Amino acid sequence: MVVCDNIFYHMTIDLKTVKHISKLARISLDEKKAEKLATDMNSIFEFIEKLNELNTDNIEPLTSIAETTLRFRDDKITSENIREKILKNSPEKNDDFFVVPKVVE
Amino acid sequence: MSEITSLTLYELIKNIKEKKISSNEAAKSFVDRAEKSKKINVYVTENFENCLKLSKKFDDKPNFDLKLPGIPIAVKDLFCTNEVRTTAGSNILNNFVPTYESTVTQNIWNEGGILLGKLNCDEFAMGSSNETSFFGNVQNPIAEDLVPGGSSGGSSAALAANLTPVTIGTDTGGSIRQPASFTGTVGLKPTYGSCSRYGIVAFASSLDQAGPMSKNVKDSSILLEVISSFDKKDSTSIDFKRNNYSSELTRNIKGLKIGIPKEYRVDGMPDEIEKLWKKGIEYAKDCGAEIIDISLPHTSYALPTYYIVAPAEASSNLARYDGVKYGLRSSGKNLIDMYEKTRSEGFGEEVKRRVMIGTYVLSSGYYDAYYLKAQKVRQLIKQDFDQAYNKVDAILTPSTPSSAFKIGEKSNDPVSMYLNDIFTVPVNLAGLPGISIPAGVDKNNYPLGLQIIGKPFDEQTVLNIAYSMEEKINYKNNITDWWMK
Repeated sequence: MVVCDNIFYHMTIDLKTVKHISKLARISLDEKKAEKLATDMNSIFEFIEKLNELNTDNIEPLTSIAETTLRFRDDKITSENIREKILKNSPEKNDDFFVVPKVVE
Repeated sequence: MSEITSLTLYELIKNIKEKKISSNEAAKSFVDRAEKSKKINVYVTENFENCLKLSKKFDDKPNFDLKLPGIPIAVKDLFCTNEVRTTAGSNILNNFVPTYESTVTQNIWNEGGILLGKLNCDEFAMGSSNETSFFGNVQNPIAEDLVPGGSSGGSSAALAANLTPVTIGTDTGGSIRQPASFTGTVGLKPTYGSCSRYGIVAFASSLDQAGPMSKNVKDSSILLEVISSFDKKDSTSIDFKRNNYSSELTRNIKGLKIGIPKEYRVDGMPDEIEKLWKKGIEYAKDCGAEIIDISLPHTSYALPTYYIVAPAEASSNLARYDGVKYGLRSSGKNLIDMYEKTRSEGFGEEVKRRVMIGTYVLSSGYYDAYYLKAQKVRQLIKQDFDQAYNKVDAILTPSTPSSAFKIGEKSNDPVSMYLNDIFTVPVNLAGLPGISIPAGVDKNNYPLGLQIIGKPFDEQTVLNIAYSMEEKINYKNNITDWWMK
């Protein structure tokens, strides 16, 4: 439901939306947690909607505070033979590979 | 001589250089005190044995030319430390042992610092009270059942309890300055791009910045000098000429113009904060500064902007925790199910909330309405500061809208918790340096802080003003060691 007047609108985030977002975020939620999150998210968005008071039509978005162009570097390998280090923290490995649940039937 | 653990960093360095205290004696003192201070729960991972060993090694072959000669230092558990567990306060990284070192901590070890251990913090630095940590809340040494602030709550508590001579935190929306304010200590968030983000567990990459936390301003200047460096490994690290912050530290701030932004006088702000601010203005005048009223018209939009930008970046950054390459893995009936269960069991409530908000504001159909809108407002907030700095050299505000609150008092109301960062968040959005210094107490004798905000890359002026005001304020923490009784 969208309630509109000239500047403010507050969209209610319903349970269905919360469940959809949790799918996108890859976080499983039980019914009770989803309901709690819907309540929390609505109170947070109510607070966020304040931004709609401002007209920002001709404003450049600020994407990075560090006003530098990204530096180039030589395309050279700087770390070698780190296979063991990379695999060290893996929850499950098989020789030189990370192991995940079966993906292709 | 007073106890080793109650010395400032500067005093400890001096004593070690003059061979009045050995590095090993210092390490032993901090370890002994930590053993008696488990109740305040500052440590997630102790590195005591190693610290004692390394301090002995230092004493066998001391190098007094280093800036931190044999100084034991505990750090926030958000900095990756080679071969020492790094959890970011999260269950999902409970068993994570990095195979590399963050640049900021490496800079400390290169100058002779020795790791005491890893300090508790809010999970992925998301919190203002240290209550979101998987490893339990931290007690504020000021009084029992009081939060130490957050997210660098273990760091602020360890400092105030004399468990480390100095420490480092990270600050995304106030996570260094707010806990400093709550514990009567000093905390500095440097200009974005000053301290490398390499090896710091990422929260919101356009806002995150590491900085020193200390018992006084001089100590922060010493530590900033060590940790601030240009680093190729961080693409947003900025190559600028860094000062010798500690040797250039001066109390001569005569003629500096300090701005007082009227928009920081927020509704419902307690009288004692208002009084503290007025007192601060008087101190600044006493130091020879000129006080100028300024306006930062978009201040009230900073928190809503932050609560779009930070969660959006967090949801992207935290996508990496999928149970495949490192961290916790829960079992699932297929790959997707494994991801979903891992993240559900691995993340705490606040982190889930923010990942959900971030995912929502970046999701199809909402990107322009929320994320793009927030980036535009962020521009306006930055422009406010740019304009103010045409008139003034620095800005003086309270650090927080209240003193430390009770454990559990705000944990069920996310918005009231977020309001804690109302004075600190604009500084991150604009990428500016800001320091919190203790400036007084409230009716319960809990510390209150004042914040000095500077121009980009002008940490020296921020430190100088803080250094001058600190002398006039002459604040002393009253720590009774209640947790040992």
